[in-house]
Amino acid sequence: MTTLVPFDEALARYAPVLGIETHIELGTASKMFCGCPTEFGGAPNTHVCPVCLGMPGSLPVVNEKAIEYAIRIGLALNCSIADWCRFARKNYFYPDMPKDFQISQYDEPICFDGYLDVEVEGETYRIGIERAHLEEDTGKSTHVGGATGRIHGASHSLVDYNRAGIPLIEIVTKPIEATGEMAPLVARAYATELRELVRALGASDVRMEEGSMRCDVNVSLMPKDASEWGTRTETKNVNSLRSVERSVRHEIERQAAVLDAGQAVLQETRHFHENTGTTSPGRSKSDAQDYRYFPEPDLVPVAPARAWVEEIRAALPELPAARRVRVKAAWSLSDEELRDVINAGALDLIEETITAGASPAAARKWWMNELSRTATAQGVELSALPVTAGQVARIQALVDAGELNDKLARKVFEGVLAGEGTPDEVVAARGLKVVSDEGELVAIVDKVIADNADAAQKVRDGKVAAAGALVGAVMKASRGQADAARAREIILERLGQS
Amino acid sequence: MSITRDEVAHLARLSRLALGEEELDNLAVQLDAIVSAVARVQEVAAEDIPPTTHALPITNVFRPDEVRPSLSSAEALSGAPAAEEERFRVPRILEEED
Repeated sequence: MTTLVPFDEALARYAPVLGIETHIELGTASKMFCGCPTEFGGAPNTHVCPVCLGMPGSLPVVNEKAIEYAIRIGLALNCSIADWCRFARKNYFYPDMPKDFQISQYDEPICFDGYLDVEVEGETYRIGIERAHLEEDTGKSTHVGGATGRIHGASHSLVDYNRAGIPLIEIVTKPIEATGEMAPLVARAYATELRELVRALGASDVRMEEGSMRCDVNVSLMPKDASEWGTRTETKNVNSLRSVERSVRHEIERQAAVLDAGQAVLQETRHFHENTGTTSPGRSKSDAQDYRYFPEPDLVPVAPARAWVEEIRAALPELPAARRVRVKAAWSLSDEELRDVINAGALDLIEETITAGASPAAARKWWMNELSRTATAQGVELSALPVTAGQVARIQALVDAGELNDKLARKVFEGVLAGEGTPDEVVAARGLKVVSDEGELVAIVDKVIADNADAAQKVRDGKVAAAGALVGAVMKASRGQADAARAREIILERLGQS
Repeated sequence: MSITRDEVAHLARLSRLALGEEELDNLAVQLDAIVSAVARVQEVAAEDIPPTTHALPITNVFRPDEVRPSLSSAEALSGAPAAEEERFRVPRILEEED
């Protein structure tokens, strides 16, 4: 049983230092060094060829798009882009790469020395970026015969090389110091911002649940008055934003207990367990790493022309931080409202709806209320609902034109979501139009007045509030299709109150 | 440049090769001879000659990001010593000893 020191107590005595390494699969169509597809899934060993299987005589050739994506990410992270760099072989004995080495970059990363600003509770933290280098992903091993697929106790292993050779960028932070009790939140905010950034750049789908973005989190503690960092641990393959936060918190609590007991923290790789929020030791790092890097002789150096780098810089899209500032002002949102919109995954959808003609308030209203509720009820992402931004804008346009009221508009949404067609088709098929025929509306009002003599008399006597009941009756009689405001006007007119 | 018996033992452990004492003794001598032979290149490397890692003075050999046909799993596995469930079957992976 691991001893833990409560988080606040640990932070009263120790200062954490973090470092985060993030692997992101680049969104190219083909692999880093061959033409095999990068698609997720697929029957085992069907996205492979002599190059990614490491067959004798095969030669890797660099995917130009992967270089472009790496430069794009580097520029967005305020990095310098290398004038000249090489790939290197990282040698190791494990069957997840059939070549027995992984092509990576060693001391010559393509991007280096940048930063990313992240915000936590109104405070900005500048996270230094040490480097971002290119490499290839490894194959996927399944261990057979042991308990629950663990390598320990397995009789043999099976390897699928579909993933081997997919381009990866590894982004390494500089040591993140002086975050104190905010450390877990800063780590999470960094991973969140990095994901948003790479997604905005269109360089990856950054799906943590599918493994296209994975974080390794380094944590060390030092006594608060110390100047020398403590020994760090590296928690591997932390696969959700929440886990990034929890793994940092747990390592702080665990390492504080080790130090309190007068023992030394072991430099080691640890595994994070989703179910318990704890980490357990993996292989010990000091003696396991002997990769014998050397320059990859099968590839020539990469020397991105300055003109190309500047071309890529000029074509960078609006980055998330700038977009948040713009949207917040343009849509008149509070910090909290903006955060809700982002958390709901509604930013793009609302923006597209506005582009399609709706006002910011109306676009936000539909996506954040009606449609968010539906998505939650169905347990799907907002963007997965079968309704487009253009359709939302069309329904709002019908409301603005007075052809639908809010209640009818909700029925149109219901129809569109049920696959009954476009908003106009649903309106036609379900007969959902505000009664705009004045004569028809007057007839309904007169009938309602006759049927509700008491309420009508009250209005005649000057109790205008009593008209509410009559408006309600008109809406009921018209099955919700009357324009309530116009109905009210007519009622007051007929009863001598206008 | 020389290679020691300890380094050979370390490499053997990384490679999960069980070498006996005698083998270590022999291999250390042999590897040292090989490394020393290759190291002679350094004797002619003058200070004005930068380290060379590639015979060709070219850079930026790229391919466009286009998908090309892959092998079928049957073709991919045709040279494998063992296969199971369309995957390469490999012997038990040895963990680091503590």
